[in-house]
Amino acid sequence: MIQAIVFFPLIGALVAGLLGSRIGHRASEIITSTLLVIAALLSWWVLFPIAFGDGAQEVIKVEIMRWISVGDLDLRWVLRVDTLTAVMLVVVTSVSSLVHIYSIGYMADDPSRSRFFAYLSLFTFAMLMLVTADNFLQMFFGWEGVGLASYLLIGFWYKKPSANAAAIKAFVVNRVGDFGFALGIFAAFIVLGTIDFDTAFSAVEGAKGTSISFLSMNLDAMTVVALLLFMGAMGKSAQFLLHTWLPDAMEGPTPVSALIHAATMVTAGVFMVARLGPIFEASAFAMTVVLVVGATTAFVAATIGLVQNDIKRVIAYSTMSQLGYMFVALGAGAYSAGIFHLFTHAFFKALLFLGAGAVIHAMHHEQDMRKMGGLRKKIPLTYAMMLIGTLALTGVGIPGTSFGFAGFFSKDSIIEAAFAVDGWQGTFAFWSLVVAALFTSFYSWRLIHLTFHGKSRADAHTYEHAHESPNVMMVPLYLLGVGAVLAGVLFYDQFFGKEKYIEAFFAHSIVINAAIIDAAHHVPTWVKWSATYAMILGLFTAWFMYIVAPKTPAKLASTMPWLYQFLLNKWYIDELYDFLFVKPAFKVGNFLWKRFDDDLIDKTIVEGLGHRVQDITNKIVKLQSGYLYHYAFVMLIGIAALLTWVVVAGGML
Amino acid sequence: MTPDIAIGHFLTVGAVLFTIGVFGIFLNRKNVIVILMSVELMLLAVNINFVAFSGHLNDLAGQVFALLILTVAAAEAAIGLAIIVIFYRNRGSIAIDDINVMKG
Amino acid sequence: MSLTLFFFYLFSTILVASAFMVISSRNPVHSVLFLILTFVNAAGLFLLAGAEFLALILILVYVGAVAVLFLFVVMMLDIDFAELKKGILQYMPIGVLIGIVLFLELALVAGTWVVLPEVVAGSAMPIDDTISNTRALGQVLYTRYVYLFQGAAIILLIAMIGAIVLTLHHRKNVKRQDIADQVARDPKTAVEIVKIKSGQGLES
Repeated sequence: MIQAIVFFPLIGALVAGLLGSRIGHRASEIITSTLLVIAALLSWWVLFPIAFGDGAQEVIKVEIMRWISVGDLDLRWVLRVDTLTAVMLVVVTSVSSLVHIYSIGYMADDPSRSRFFAYLSLFTFAMLMLVTADNFLQMFFGWEGVGLASYLLIGFWYKKPSANAAAIKAFVVNRVGDFGFALGIFAAFIVLGTIDFDTAFSAVEGAKGTSISFLSMNLDAMTVVALLLFMGAMGKSAQFLLHTWLPDAMEGPTPVSALIHAATMVTAGVFMVARLGPIFEASAFAMTVVLVVGATTAFVAATIGLVQNDIKRVIAYSTMSQLGYMFVALGAGAYSAGIFHLFTHAFFKALLFLGAGAVIHAMHHEQDMRKMGGLRKKIPLTYAMMLIGTLALTGVGIPGTSFGFAGFFSKDSIIEAAFAVDGWQGTFAFWSLVVAALFTSFYSWRLIHLTFHGKSRADAHTYEHAHESPNVMMVPLYLLGVGAVLAGVLFYDQFFGKEKYIEAFFAHSIVINAAIIDAAHHVPTWVKWSATYAMILGLFTAWFMYIVAPKTPAKLASTMPWLYQFLLNKWYIDELYDFLFVKPAFKVGNFLWKRFDDDLIDKTIVEGLGHRVQDITNKIVKLQSGYLYHYAFVMLIGIAALLTWVVVAGGML
Repeated sequence: MTPDIAIGHFLTVGAVLFTIGVFGIFLNRKNVIVILMSVELMLLAVNINFVAFSGHLNDLAGQVFALLILTVAAAEAAIGLAIIVIFYRNRGSIAIDDINVMKG
Repeated sequence: MSLTLFFFYLFSTILVASAFMVISSRNPVHSVLFLILTFVNAAGLFLLAGAEFLALILILVYVGAVAVLFLFVVMMLDIDFAELKKGILQYMPIGVLIGIVLFLELALVAGTWVVLPEVVAGSAMPIDDTISNTRALGQVLYTRYVYLFQGAAIILLIAMIGAIVLTLHHRKNVKRQDIADQVARDPKTAVEIVKIKSGQGLES
């Protein structure tokens, strides 16, 4: 059954990819979507015995085949399914199958639909390989696979230069992270002696405190390993400094954004850190780094999202911010809380993206929010779904009770856990997250106001033709809406609520720090309400600035133009990177291409060699004058030379 | 061999004759036949050497070899002249400067 | 100075002088004649060295055949008296230099070469003073060196064939005999007997 879950998407990808042109678009859509729906149902089926069973089945390991058997290295393709994996399987397959169905409607006009569905299924397969990995190399395979699929999907409309550039940017920035990840795997192999997860985790205890020497520095081994691995997570999950690709990734079709850049690929980093919890636990410094980076990301992304005008970009920055939340949870040691947020986030973020897709579809591919407005009456069902998504994202709920949307439970768990961390990093993280929650609420409601409320700023023709999306697109939205509402309250206990439940649920698949979870539950009441205060404050501010006094944003922007520009241009990080890395890289590349490859190798050496040979032979040819006495003369000189040699060598001189 | 004439004398004569033949090859511009004659001179010089040594070392092999050289020289002179005749027939001139058909 | 030495110097002087004239004479016929003189003097030198057979063969073959052949060709080719062309001066210095170098080296070798006494004593074919030179050569040539002898003969044969092949050209208008045809004539086809009445001619 596990094999079916993992390999059905692969089969779908191969069929749609290789035979798509022959069987037609309709057939590709149906085959891939059907296979994925079956996989999704199977993964829900598998979740229950593993997670809620009585501990008899903690881990299922399905060996597929041997892979590398060299010396000490014995690798097999093993599909490992424990609770963490099962949760991820559910998330990935559910969202993926809903996105497949949604795409049948969204991409209905596209001439290369089969390719799209093939790529979607390929991506799903790679992601599934990642989450079912039992050793580092398999995880790396899935890691790279999702990077590849992301590139293919972002650049799906490859005739658009901006899409190509965005795809390359995504891949290259990811590659920087992957480089760190690969180094981390190597370091793990050196330090722990194996790349099989179970064996590696049991070797961590012995490796604590050992050091690696690098460039004549003695560094703590586990810290090095953890930091390098985290670098990979930073790239894949668009944490601060390696985040520049995520907004540009919106060049891809909206279903892609929903699947990859909301629910699955970007969460691969979170999954990886959670899976490798034992390694991170061995280095307090690494945990602090994770915490601080996550908090910074959450804050920075939220600030940028405040002023963006493209509906998809706002949601993209929101994703980045929420990923920061997840990493804060992981850095604090509350791994289950991070996974909880991953779980709920998948639902409401995918819902928001697909809803935005419906809006874009309705507005005939208009994405700028400044040209929208007043769509509440035209597309009421979409409006309702977006509303649910926003409520879930901003974390609407009443602390202390079981009433709340999904995001409320998971977000608040993280904020409480952040507060519970000792030292300056805890305080920093806590306040960053609270402020980020405020901003999140603000821009989410801003999005709703600009898109659905007020008067329409679109041109009359587009507004007239705004229509509700077909059912094939709406049904996934409904299902996700259900998840966004219920996922939090249903699974709270298993993920964060009660320790016994957590242990029973996760059972050794991730690290469970009872201390931090306990401390998180016992934070002061004002902390528990802080997130809700932030959310309400943001809601009111947005309502005020966009409904009551619509001229306020413009006035605010004009009083602080530099701040506005700074935020609008994403803290100028892209420009900074362009200056620091891209331009020098281009210069080096250009130089190597033009001067080294073209001039030196092709012209001077290759052509030059030919020309020199020709020159020399032209000169030598003149020796053949055709005159007999010249030839005789040369022979004579030869004789004289030989004779001289004999005389000299014979010592007669 | 007479004791008065040392081997060195003969060798000197041979050497001089050889160098004269060598000069003849590339110093002449007039015609090709002189080249052939110079070759004959060189062969003659070699023969003198052989015979001188044969007498000095009291070994008949030198004379035998000189005889064979004689044979070969005659054959080669015949062929060479035949070639020159044909060349003249085809080209009409045997001035050295005009013979450069093999120019590369 | 003994007589032999005198004759030696005489022969060698004329030898060198006439060799020089061979290469520097303007008239090619003169060159050939000087070549003949060179050969004759060389024969004299051979005589002095004790190789009588070779000396006379030199005169017979070289002078009688090769030099005459040269003369034939020179006459046949109708060569003009050519002036010393200008280009010769271009090569003169380097040529003279090389020639001098060559000569000096040869002399050097000759001067410093030491012949081991064993070589003289144990020579391969000691010259027997009791028999004539011709006989001695004959004894050696037809026994030990018979293969070389035959080889030399074949070389001569091939040279002859080569020379004929090169220079032979059929003139078209000259009538020739074809012996084979002549011999193969059959009376039946060659002769026809016709009865003719006297006084009447033959009508074909």
